[in-house]
Amino acid sequence: MSAQPETAHAPDLLYSEAEEDLRSAVRSLLTARADAPAVIAATESATPYDQELWASLASGIGAAGLLVPEKLGGQGAGHREAAVVLEELGRGVVPAPYLTSSVVATEVLLALDPLGGPAGELLADLAAGRRTAVLALPFATPPAGARAAMAGGLERTVTTVADAAAADVLLVPTAEGLYAVGTAGTGVTVEPLVPLDLTRPLASVTLAGAAGALLAEAGPAAVAVERGLLSGAGLLASEQLGIAEWCLTETVRHTRERHQFNRPVGSFQALKHRMAQLWLEVVSARAAARNAADALAAGAPDAPLAVAVAQAYCSKVAVHAAEECVQLHGGVGMTWEHPAHLYLKRAKADSTAYGTPGRHHETVARLTELPAP
Amino acid sequence: MTAATDADAIRRRTQDLLAAHPPATTGRAEFLRARFDAGLAWVHYPAGLGGLGAPRSLQAVADAELAAAGAPDNDPRRIGIGLGMAAPTILGYGTDEQKQRFLRPLWLGEEVWCQLFSEPGAGSDLAALGTRAVRDGDDWVVDGQKVWTSSAHVARWAILIARTDPGLPKHRGISYFVCDMTDPGVEVRPLRQITGEAEFNEVFLTGVRIPDSHRLGPVGEGWKVAQTTLMNERVSIGGARIPREGGMIGTVAKTWREHPGLRTHDLHQRLLTLWVEAEVARLTGERLRQQLVAGQPGPEGSGMKLAFARLNQEISGLEVELLGDEGLLYGDWTMRRPEIVDFTGRDAGYRYLRSKGNSIEGGTSEVLLNIVAERVLGLPAEPRNDKDVAWKDLAR
Ligand SMILES: Cc1cc2nc3c(=O)[nH]c(=O)nc-3n(C[C@H](O)[C@H](O)[C@H](O)COP(=O)(O)OP(=O)(O)OC[C@H]3O[C@@H](n4cnc5c(N)ncnc54)[C@H](O)[C@@H]3O)c2cc1C
Repeated sequence: MSAQPETAHAPDLLYSEAEEDLRSAVRSLLTARADAPAVIAATESATPYDQELWASLASGIGAAGLLVPEKLGGQGAGHREAAVVLEELGRGVVPAPYLTSSVVATEVLLALDPLGGPAGELLADLAAGRRTAVLALPFATPPAGARAAMAGGLERTVTTVADAAAADVLLVPTAEGLYAVGTAGTGVTVEPLVPLDLTRPLASVTLAGAAGALLAEAGPAAVAVERGLLSGAGLLASEQLGIAEWCLTETVRHTRERHQFNRPVGSFQALKHRMAQLWLEVVSARAAARNAADALAAGAPDAPLAVAVAQAYCSKVAVHAAEECVQLHGGVGMTWEHPAHLYLKRAKADSTAYGTPGRHHETVARLTELPAP
Repeated sequence: MTAATDADAIRRRTQDLLAAHPPATTGRAEFLRARFDAGLAWVHYPAGLGGLGAPRSLQAVADAELAAAGAPDNDPRRIGIGLGMAAPTILGYGTDEQKQRFLRPLWLGEEVWCQLFSEPGAGSDLAALGTRAVRDGDDWVVDGQKVWTSSAHVARWAILIARTDPGLPKHRGISYFVCDMTDPGVEVRPLRQITGEAEFNEVFLTGVRIPDSHRLGPVGEGWKVAQTTLMNERVSIGGARIPREGGMIGTVAKTWREHPGLRTHDLHQRLLTLWVEAEVARLTGERLRQQLVAGQPGPEGSGMKLAFARLNQEISGLEVELLGDEGLLYGDWTMRRPEIVDFTGRDAGYRYLRSKGNSIEGGTSEVLLNIVAERVLGLPAEPRNDKDVAWKDLAR
């Protein structure tokens, strides 16, 4: 693709009324069931995420099926709506397999033309929140790595697979094609790892003599995996936006209330300018994240560029906002009880997920024909 | 320069010490005691207190000779607060008795120290502290709560500031004490931090009795004494001498060299920028030391902690990204209570998280920048409405 001065698709960067309604529904559920103390407690427990909360989100609100057409058992909405859900999940650093199962795995299956057959069945289950599935690739794999992922056989170990510990099904890319492997079957070992971000569990997956159902041949599978990773990266930007927004809001609140030198510390210009700068970044991140969601929803030809731009930008904003949040909270920000650290860990891990900003810069360079020297 | 205090004299003394106590056959504690008594612990301290009254710069001569001979050191990491902060304050403000009592076990590492300064309501604005010390005969009775106290769980002694006159403006009603951490009124509770471990603590002081002989400096002048501690704290956090590629930059450079597969253009640019900045920070520290030796101390000291914090954070952040899949993992979240404060150890994730404290502990970067702006550049201070009001009348 060459750089086009004007893209055919005019993006809609605002939120619709329906999207705002969806946001309120998700937010009130999360406020009631996944506040900061609950999330901290969950990270210290052995369960990867709250099953009941997941059921309410996935099937109660119907969030799991947003990307899936009605005839395939979903809500027939799209990426713009799923992005709103992710903003809220980011705002609460909620442990839930939404990005991995309801976005990435779901998109992979959708791209396989799944009417009927095992892919269609699985898709309907994911959309209804009856099962969860994850793509068995390292969490750091960028969309550009999809083709390279189609290699090897079913015998393998894959590290840092996000949300695998509680998943029912693994989507495994091999040289022959894409397989669906049930995690409960023989020959499948899912070993939890110790993640930097405790709110998104990672596991090492080992397949040795496991049985799998072939969903697609290598060619179409590669296209589908790439589509899944592209959607994951694109909508991750909305999660990052939610993280950044929470960090800014909370920092503003804290520095307005915290008094030192007989005045609120937020009244020092040194801090005011930094928070104002963050605001500018959050505003910009919102535009980039909305653009990626809208381009994915529309199937726009420049979706890969929109996603790369959003990832290259929003990753940094989320990390910056979380780092400022810790710093401007002072000693409190360094403690375990205060949730700031959860956001920092999530933001930092997210900046590696589906490709680092540097990888996405390379994609931008390729797509815009601005090669390295 | 007198015979006792030039480099050759130091070298001779060091060789005498090594001859009388060969490191290979002398126990660690015995060697350290002999070193202290030979005046080679901190040569700029007075004779009898571990020093020779020599210029500070000559310590490097002794250290180099001792290191070359394989002599044990006094593990400055473990005793950082005592060495870097309590000792210079005791030296500056202590009575002869206090110096005799505290300095030797402190340097030998037999007694660990902590710093009971910060409180929930008084961090950057340390002078707003509310812990009370009330005179009772020959003792002071102390009540209050301290927070973020690193190493309180292993400390034998603490430097403590407390309010002795709430009727005076906040800077004038403070006194400075040495607090016995084994006093029954001292309760230390672990405070878990971002890294998962509990390196710092909350400390509750209830009817703690401190003899007046453990006061440092005059009653009501604790703020002035505390300034000495804080200045030394800043220098001791950012001021360590390191070789090229020492510290965090060395770790990430090694990772880079060993993992070609992880490289991207973006990371390369950032790595080189940080490499240059780390090298320049090292040179700035070196220049500062040379200025000190030449007797022209510059204000760069205030900048070293700022540079140290920013570099540690950016370099460790880069390393987490560089490591890709491995950077998504963490070594261990178990709540431990480490004996030493460890900035550079363990995995990249730990270093990244711990380094966030570097711009908060020992004075935040924002507060240090204010100090540079006002005291170094002479810019006008922010208007203040807290300086002349009695502490008890301040809004809290
Ligand atoms: C790892 C760690 C170890 C520590 N160990 C010890 C210890 O052993 N003993 C001890 O006594 N204390 C210790 N501390 C406490 C430390 O000194 C304080 O946390 C620090 O001084 C900041 O105070 P605060 O936490 O109350 O933040 P606050 O003072 O509430 O600051 C909040 C934010 O406001 C900013 N701010 C405040 N005032 C201004 C201003 N005038 N201009 C611009 N910005 C401003 C700060 O920079 C910060 O970003 C430790 C802290 C940490 C994180």
